[in-house]
Amino acid sequence: MARGRGELALERGIELLIRLCGVSAILFVFGIFFFVFREGAGLLWSGRFSILEFFGSIEWYPTSQSRVRYGALALITGTFSVTVLAMLLAVPFGIGTAIYLSEFCGARRKETLKIVVELLAAIPSVVWGFIGLTIMNSLIIRLFGAPIGLNVLNGAMLLALMSVPIIVSIGEDALKAVPDGYREAALALGATRWQLVYRVLLPAARNGLLAAVLLGVGRAVGETMAVLMATGHSIRMPTSLLDPVRTLTATIAAELGEAPVGSDHYQVLFLVGVLLFTITFIVNMCAVRIVRGKRGRG
Amino acid sequence: MNNPAAADYAIQTRDLSLWYGNFQALNNVTLDIKHGAITSLIGPSGCGKTTLLRCFNRINERYGSVRTSGEIRILGRNIYDEDVSLIELRRFVGMVFQRPNPLPLSIYENIVFGLRLHSERRALTRADLDAAVEGALTEVGLWASVRDRLDRSALDLQLDEQQKLCIARLLPLKPEVILMDEPCSALDAEATRAIEELLFGLRGRYSIVIVTHNMAQARRASDECFLMLMGELIEHGATESLFTSPKDARTLNYLEGRFG
Repeated sequence: MARGRGELALERGIELLIRLCGVSAILFVFGIFFFVFREGAGLLWSGRFSILEFFGSIEWYPTSQSRVRYGALALITGTFSVTVLAMLLAVPFGIGTAIYLSEFCGARRKETLKIVVELLAAIPSVVWGFIGLTIMNSLIIRLFGAPIGLNVLNGAMLLALMSVPIIVSIGEDALKAVPDGYREAALALGATRWQLVYRVLLPAARNGLLAAVLLGVGRAVGETMAVLMATGHSIRMPTSLLDPVRTLTATIAAELGEAPVGSDHYQVLFLVGVLLFTITFIVNMCAVRIVRGKRGRG
Repeated sequence: MNNPAAADYAIQTRDLSLWYGNFQALNNVTLDIKHGAITSLIGPSGCGKTTLLRCFNRINERYGSVRTSGEIRILGRNIYDEDVSLIELRRFVGMVFQRPNPLPLSIYENIVFGLRLHSERRALTRADLDAAVEGALTEVGLWASVRDRLDRSALDLQLDEQQKLCIARLLPLKPEVILMDEPCSALDAEATRAIEELLFGLRGRYSIVIVTHNMAQARRASDECFLMLMGELIEHGATESLFTSPKDARTLNYLEGRFG
């Protein structure tokens, strides 16, 4: 049963290749962070940029002739307002769907529903943006009497629809991971299905469900095209759901093409990218920590 | 749920058959289980004894493909009658599972879980709950060892303590029947003895039906014994006489270990 030298070398080669694939993800993440940061870092120490202004001012005039100002507060607020509202809409729907899939519906319907939910995740974001521009826009104008339908509400509804599939699939996994013994214990004591859900399953799956929500948040924070098209793209602090806003992602997408490479404007957009990266990184890390943390403990 | 004619029997089945999809797991089972006794169901793996046990609180119906025919009367009442509430049924017919399955809650909340399910929130005073917890834990012999850590997670208990807790949490609901599905199979010999002693302590007040793989346990710990094979009831009788003078040749073969 002696093996040829060639075969052995092939085996080694394949093993090495697989190792490389595994490590590459880490390389890519740090690589991306490094290059994004490097593109923007020059401005940080140039004296023409103030952290205080960046986080504290709503005046974003990167191309002003008289005085350039880089206040990202309105953009940060835009991202947060759209994300928070999106989560308020998506979490009840997403968790509700996850509960229905995992506990209430039959096997065949479950398969169908999961495919449909996954289809929802497969719709390209520019298509969502298109829906926002046309259908949602006219719907919001008609229902709320707003002068224009491209606003926080519109963007948030799109983001909600886009985050629901993530929340559903991670949430369903979390509920499925609850040992069946808990269900039998509660049912055998005479629990109704709803009592089983809220007294046993939700507490037991708490961590996984929270992670599902956080991953949904990560999706919503990072989404660009749909919010660019649907939120009205106007830099201001929103005071109502019907105010247009602009988000961090939309700003980068809209302005980077116009900014001369290496200019201050170019660099500040990369700093906005670093900020976004940091937000989503923290949210995802939290999600991972929560999932790995104590699971199923009361 | 009382019917004088049937008062001697906790559970009666008549021509009970059950199918999982196309597979018939129970075949015309007719039996009478005495009130207040410890009754064991024995038989080789796959003979339907657990399935039969799981009919008595209708927890079998969790799985969509289950079909039954025939009749089950518990304390004289047909549990398949339309006006029987599953929730009430399970209040009177408690169940202990093969693997101890305390809920991921505190010891205290595990014991009062049933009470909370079956009572209005306002109807339960803290004093009632405290008394129920102390009573139930005392009855299973856990009170002394856990009284100082009632708010700790039940999952931190030893396996045998968990199983005792699972028995204790049935008691506040004052069940008539306690079903036990191989309650000692995950436990060591010492813990098994403790659970069996607990069974003797509960005898008389509750009708206990215990499914067991362990024939020595059935012989030690039960008053009545039913032997099942391939979904059918083969023989039943007082445990001692079934073990010493079986009437059916298959019982003898099984008891002597020629199959199963």
